[in-house]
Amino acid sequence: MPELRMREALREALREEMLRDDRVFLMGEDIGAYGGSYTVTRGLLDEFGPERVIDTPIAESGVVGAGIGAAINGLRPMVEIMTINFSFVAFDQIINNASKFLYMSGGQFNVPLVLRMAAGGGSQLGATHSHSLEGLYAHFPGLKVVCPSNPADAKGLLKRAFRDENPVIFIEHSALYSLKGEVPDDADYVLEFGKARVLREGTDVTIVGYGGSVHQALRSAAMLEDQEQLSAEVIDLRTLRPLDIDTVIQSVKKTNRCVVVEDDWQFGGFAGEISAQVMERAFDWLDAPVARVSGKDVPMPYNRNLEFAALPSEEDVVEAVLAML
Amino acid sequence: MAIDVTMPQMGADMTEGTLVRWVKQVGEQVDRGDIIAEIETDKATVELEAYDSGILAKQCVAEGETVPVGEVIAQLAAEGETIQGEPDRKPPAETPARRTLDADTPNPAAAATLDQAETAPPPPKEVEDAHVPIGPNGAEAAPGTGERLRISPVARRLATEANLDLAGVRGTGPDGRILRRDIEQAVRDKTAAPVAAPVPPPPPPAPAPAAAQPAAPTRPAPAPVAAQAGTRVEELSRMRQAIARRMLASKQQQPHYYLTLDIDMTAALAFREQLNASATAEQRVSINDLIVKACAIALERHPKFNAEFTDSGLRYHEDINIDIGIALDEGLIAPAVLHCNRKGLGRIAVESKDLVARAKEGKLRAEEYSDGTFTITNLGNFGVETLIGIINPPQAAILGVGSVMAQPAVRDNQVVIRQVMKIALSADHRVSDGAEGARFIKEIQGLLENPASLAL
Repeated sequence: MPELRMREALREALREEMLRDDRVFLMGEDIGAYGGSYTVTRGLLDEFGPERVIDTPIAESGVVGAGIGAAINGLRPMVEIMTINFSFVAFDQIINNASKFLYMSGGQFNVPLVLRMAAGGGSQLGATHSHSLEGLYAHFPGLKVVCPSNPADAKGLLKRAFRDENPVIFIEHSALYSLKGEVPDDADYVLEFGKARVLREGTDVTIVGYGGSVHQALRSAAMLEDQEQLSAEVIDLRTLRPLDIDTVIQSVKKTNRCVVVEDDWQFGGFAGEISAQVMERAFDWLDAPVARVSGKDVPMPYNRNLEFAALPSEEDVVEAVLAML
Repeated sequence: MAIDVTMPQMGADMTEGTLVRWVKQVGEQVDRGDIIAEIETDKATVELEAYDSGILAKQCVAEGETVPVGEVIAQLAAEGETIQGEPDRKPPAETPARRTLDADTPNPAAAATLDQAETAPPPPKEVEDAHVPIGPNGAEAAPGTGERLRISPVARRLATEANLDLAGVRGTGPDGRILRRDIEQAVRDKTAAPVAAPVPPPPPPAPAPAAAQPAAPTRPAPAPVAAQAGTRVEELSRMRQAIARRMLASKQQQPHYYLTLDIDMTAALAFREQLNASATAEQRVSINDLIVKACAIALERHPKFNAEFTDSGLRYHEDINIDIGIALDEGLIAPAVLHCNRKGLGRIAVESKDLVARAKEGKLRAEEYSDGTFTITNLGNFGVETLIGIINPPQAAILGVGSVMAQPAVRDNQVVIRQVMKIALSADHRVSDGAEGARFIKEIQGLLENPASLAL
């Protein structure tokens, strides 16, 4: 299998889907001539031409609205919102139109729209450009939320997103674009939604992550093993909607302990959702309260040291695990 | 600034005290030297004097409640001062590690000013928690302490499944929470019998004990002890550890007294021969089976030896489950013949053989090694004359049995040969006294010397 960076894996997925289905087209800011802010779409304008790779004005609400209209009318648009932070200005389109049309039209109109966005902090982009909103989008019925943690998943899940009849929010952690990994080059390589993956087996604690936090979970598990002789199981959720809680429950029934790691704020966040479901479905298997390791409850600081302090760390995870013993 | 009044330490061994009665009520002026309350320790009831003056702003503890030494039980305030927030229910850090009180304890008058304080007396404290699982003996899990038991859900489930009484389980988790590993340990502990008996030394390296279970995650194990010249250090098996811990606890915490008695087994042996004449191999009755049956009958008549000591009272067991000490290669185990009082001699014989076989295969059921209420340890086969056992905690007594030996005895002024067996009762003096113990083993003696009663 070829080794690709995540941005290249995503590009392959887009290219293969455009070749496979001529209804697929791309819209977004700077995705054409510039090749995309994270260079995911580089080269696609040359290959597919300006009708299928469309540079748009800086008007997220309008672009998403156009995507919704195209999807309702039978096309398979992918709208790239440069970063998730700008999706706020398209929020009404996403929540009030994309997620609800199927229901409000009594099933007459579905919205097969793929919305890609880069998310996450850690790059000194300040309070307004460092959001992790996976959990926020997962809150709304009618949206699927995908957050790959590695190049192979990114490709397989993005290809799957184009085959969905309903809107998919596809969230890429900006720190992972350069992450390398082996990626299948089979044109039929498509991953299922709602299938979490056990990345590392363990017996003492289950660490759940998604997107960027999967890597923290893995590093924490290594630290727990080296420093504390504890065996941690690491689960990558891969999609928040649909959520594969069964894999988490199965693991917790084995380990009796669970930590959820996410960059997002803790209050009202997705880690709380996991925690609640584990409590509801595996209460009698828990040896300790489910722990959440999350971003600190402040807008992201710009200062580098403060930014690191505001994001969850491997040490935080280790500490959370030790507090359960 | 509010002044905290704490549970005083009256005597070096006092770890907690019960607030018997509030002498001063909320809103009353308290002067230094005034009696604020009456405190009961396990030795006496004493009056608690105020060391400071002020107005009693808050009673943090209800009458009848038991709290650790050092815990805030009341607050004094200057006139007009407002006491804010939750009273400091948390014991100070130097308090010996104990289960702490739950935060959901009803909080009296969170922000009562002195003017309001009179109208906001502390509500009575909830002393028991109905959700705590009931152990096999009907005991609430944290007896007498008024504290809610801290136990994780999985530990609670496993304890219920193992029918384990939580009263004796020590929590090693955060804030003394009972965790899965504590339940697993408690179940393992039940598997080790308390017999002060020579056990065949385990061959090095020790084979995995039958009771071995997946190790609970723990902090790094203590560094292995280095062998000194001329010695070697063998790692402790789990069973060895359990035996060590439980025997030490028994000798440290249960004051033993000992009574020995000779039993003339001549009639019992003849009776046994008669029984076995027509029995199949499975039904054959051993001397030990006779003793089990005799003990079951005696225990019904002397229930104090089928009980256990708890801080809140003597707990009597309805069932009579007699543990039998069985030596294994790697240690020993004392599974119980359950409900002995409801079983005939033949049934006891069949079950005890099955128990020994399964103990050696490591196939005992949880209730068999956790529900024993009395223990018999018998080294008669080894020619041991007298065996004085260590009580198997939390039981109240253990009967040590030696071999049956031919001895000269005087009967009707004639020297005759009788088959004599020495028994030794080790009993917990907190539960029973010597005379009661004497009556109990006399009963056993009478039953064995008139064995027909065992067949009833």
